[in-house]
Amino acid sequence: MLTALDLPSLYVIGPELWLGIGAMVLLMIGVFGRRNATTLVTGLAVALIVVAGVSLWRAPDDVTALHGAFILDPFAKFMKMLALVGSAVTIAMSVNFMRREKFEKFEYPILVVLATTGMLLMISANSMLTLYLGLELQSLALYVCAALNRESAKASEAGLKYFVLGALSSGMLLYGITLVYGYTGQTTFAGIAEAISAADRSLGLIFGLVFILAGIAFKISAVPFHMWTPDVYEGAPTPITAFFAAAPKVAAMALMVRVTMQAFEPVAHDWQQIISFVSIASMVLGAFAAIGQTNIKRLMAYSSIGHMGYALVGLAAGTQAGVNGVILYMLIYMVMTLGTFAIIIGMRRKDGMVEEIADLTGLATRHPVLASVLTVLMFSLAGIPPLAGFFAKYFVFVAAIEANLVALAVIGVLSSVVGAYYYIRIIKVMWFDEAEGAVAEKFVPLASELKLVLAASFAFVALFYVFAGPVFDATTAAAASFF
Amino acid sequence: MTDWNILSIVTFLPLVGALIIAIIPADSDIARRNIRNTAFFTTVFTFLISLLIWYGFDNSSAGFQMVEKVEWIGGFMNYHMGVDGISMLFVILTTFLMPFCILASWESVQHRVKEYMIAFLVLETFMIGVFCALDLVLFYIFFEAGLIPMYLIIGVWGGKRRVYASFKFFLYTLLGSVLMLLAMMAMYWNAGTTDIPALLTHAFPAGMQTWLWLAFFASFAVKMPMWPVHTWLPDAHVEAPTAGSVVLAAILLKMGGYGFLRFSLPMFPIASMELAPIIYTLSIVAIIYTSLVALMQEDIKKLIAYSSVAHMGYVTLGIFTANIYGIQGGIYQMLSHGLVSGALFLCVGVIYDRMHTREIAAYGGLVHRMPKYAVAFMIFTMANVGLPGTSGFVGEFLVLLGAFQANTWLAFFAATGVILSAAYALWLYRRVIFGVLEKESLKQLMDLTPREKVILFPLIALVIFFGVYPMPVFDVTEASVQALINNYQAAIEAAGQVAASAQ
Repeated sequence: MLTALDLPSLYVIGPELWLGIGAMVLLMIGVFGRRNATTLVTGLAVALIVVAGVSLWRAPDDVTALHGAFILDPFAKFMKMLALVGSAVTIAMSVNFMRREKFEKFEYPILVVLATTGMLLMISANSMLTLYLGLELQSLALYVCAALNRESAKASEAGLKYFVLGALSSGMLLYGITLVYGYTGQTTFAGIAEAISAADRSLGLIFGLVFILAGIAFKISAVPFHMWTPDVYEGAPTPITAFFAAAPKVAAMALMVRVTMQAFEPVAHDWQQIISFVSIASMVLGAFAAIGQTNIKRLMAYSSIGHMGYALVGLAAGTQAGVNGVILYMLIYMVMTLGTFAIIIGMRRKDGMVEEIADLTGLATRHPVLASVLTVLMFSLAGIPPLAGFFAKYFVFVAAIEANLVALAVIGVLSSVVGAYYYIRIIKVMWFDEAEGAVAEKFVPLASELKLVLAASFAFVALFYVFAGPVFDATTAAAASFF
Repeated sequence: MTDWNILSIVTFLPLVGALIIAIIPADSDIARRNIRNTAFFTTVFTFLISLLIWYGFDNSSAGFQMVEKVEWIGGFMNYHMGVDGISMLFVILTTFLMPFCILASWESVQHRVKEYMIAFLVLETFMIGVFCALDLVLFYIFFEAGLIPMYLIIGVWGGKRRVYASFKFFLYTLLGSVLMLLAMMAMYWNAGTTDIPALLTHAFPAGMQTWLWLAFFASFAVKMPMWPVHTWLPDAHVEAPTAGSVVLAAILLKMGGYGFLRFSLPMFPIASMELAPIIYTLSIVAIIYTSLVALMQEDIKKLIAYSSVAHMGYVTLGIFTANIYGIQGGIYQMLSHGLVSGALFLCVGVIYDRMHTREIAAYGGLVHRMPKYAVAFMIFTMANVGLPGTSGFVGEFLVLLGAFQANTWLAFFAATGVILSAAYALWLYRRVIFGVLEKESLKQLMDLTPREKVILFPLIALVIFFGVYPMPVFDVTEASVQALINNYQAAIEAAGQVAASAQ
């Protein structure tokens, strides 16, 4: 126990080390560099994430490190890759935006790198302590990101709201962890699972489980812990919103899967009810609350709440097919979200950013290509075949039907019809309506990095059925980690 | 014939045309003409190739032909295509009607021509795919994907209330379909496959069949559409552009009937037998009630839309009598209705392009200015009524024969629909075509242009040909329908024996 460091561990936690040390170095460059260090730091941050990705690629499969507190299995590897891609892409998408908004802060890419370090730790957490460390590192970096634009009252409000509610959820999580520790005497996931199956489940343990799930549900913005999402999405600068919507969700969902499938596997019946309820509530609220929105960022907030509900359908099944569905869902969700945000970041006229749905009026006549791509993304978010979003929903619902969760599946597909309404409303605004007045003015041309993200996202969503086979094999291998 | 993937070629050829159009700029008249030509030649070429399917089709075989099968998504589903006697003619109907749709939009669509043609070609791919798919998921993908182009066609190029109509169309159909999707998933877990030929031989437990049947019914009844879930159809028809109405009436509605024949009847025979009275009742209500509603319409397209609902009532009635007359009649009625309703909407399009109104009251006495048009419209009206000698008669007669075998009263009520359909169709014809030409605006009307003749005359020829000599169709469908009925009877008998031995 007193070995200060076991060296093989360093190899396993390589990506986290790279990011952690790299963030410090970048901070130094930012502080002591010349005035325009932001571009340099941004570029280096992306490079750092790529290095971490390579290091992750070369890391061994199926090992634990740090005395069992850290695990690297195929599931962790897959989700980490997703989180890294999400972070790198969102940093890249911010470059042009920051320059045009006169909002160049070298802290932003560094905060993203720190948050990403936290995410990787969360995904690899194999003990309650690592879980909490990773979650807090990620959350604190995100709170600062949300409030980064100090001149905007909305951003400050968003940051404060996020922080207060986030702190509350961390408190609940911590309380849950102590309860579980009190009733099992363990902090590692394997130890907890062993202790639960050895003894009868106690009420105190279930209490702890509920608190832990509530804490994580806050991070994936599942109902009833979703209240912060619309305000934070709306208040934060758009590239930061894009970041919030992508990678942190992947990491928190991975954490949710690992905690339920590993630590609390013996009490699966108990958490399945909780997950089912949270899932139904998220799907229904996401579908209905989005209908009245006029701000596209708020709409995307409710959309993401709904999507988390659908992903949880797979987890509620608690089977290998279900976990596979969750992984696939998060992958497809992230790609669709990044693509959609690439367009929202590009919604800029000569006199500044716009973010109302009404600003898209008649987009098909002004920017036919942009409108077509957004149309495809919207149909995909609505889950219409043959686009990627359909396959995401298909595999989680297949798992739910297999697990005999018919009511959950029926409510899920019905709310997806309600949800389709607000997605096709955006398509209606773009194609059916004619723009008048200020709305008819063109957007300024898209920055090239946005075009690149958009092209990649479009190709993935529109042609998913072509390369679905290899993707599916990869997610199946990742899901097999738990079985 | 089968070694060159003809079904995939026919299915995806329109998509290739759409991609070509996507890279043509649409900024000049010449470019727009190129777009129209590309779309037209793509559809014609697709039709000609699809004729090779008919040419290479073996009428004596009841199984699936020209099969292609490739594993897809980790073996979870297959890319499996093939046609049998039931589906093959729908493929031909689709490819046959598409060139007319493109021609009908030649001059009436001037706005966003490029997007319009792309939408139609993409839609054609999805429609052909529905009839060729031999995998549940693949079927669902094609079935559902068709909503995307149709939503845009109604919404962008439609009439005044296009937004309402397009939303109603989209959400109504989606609502029905998602329940079917869940049923498909349940079938996957029960049978372990999504392969349609394998599922056709799989016996689902009787209790499960009822639920699955109801879920599929939710989708196909909306698509068909059956009373009382038909209300999206009149709105969609009225607001859609002419070619959109043609595709809706002639092909999209047939997907419902095709679905009943492909899934409900053969896969859930016990449920089909037990729940057939529901179908009978709804069909009879549709035939009588919507015919009466059609009588009261003041909009030509709406009248034809309601008459479509009534005619689809015959189809569902025929299919669920589950005897050879009923099913053959149902299929024939679908094919005939595809030609006739498509032609009727094209006829409406002809006068709509001139007058820009669909109000029946705005017309009258057209025969004086447009004699050729009057003849064409008359033939299609008679075919719609089901006059002997037109294709409409054969289908209705066989369905009534089948219904008579199943239940005399059924045939009695269904037959009243024939009278009612004569009433609304002839009355429509009288108000639009006959009478005195007294409206000033109508006095300058020109008769059919050469383009319109090219559209309408082949349809006239076919409607009469298939009214006099229906054998080419029955030759194709007979073996498959007979096999379907044999399997159905065997399943019912087996279930009866289980029930008897249990007592």
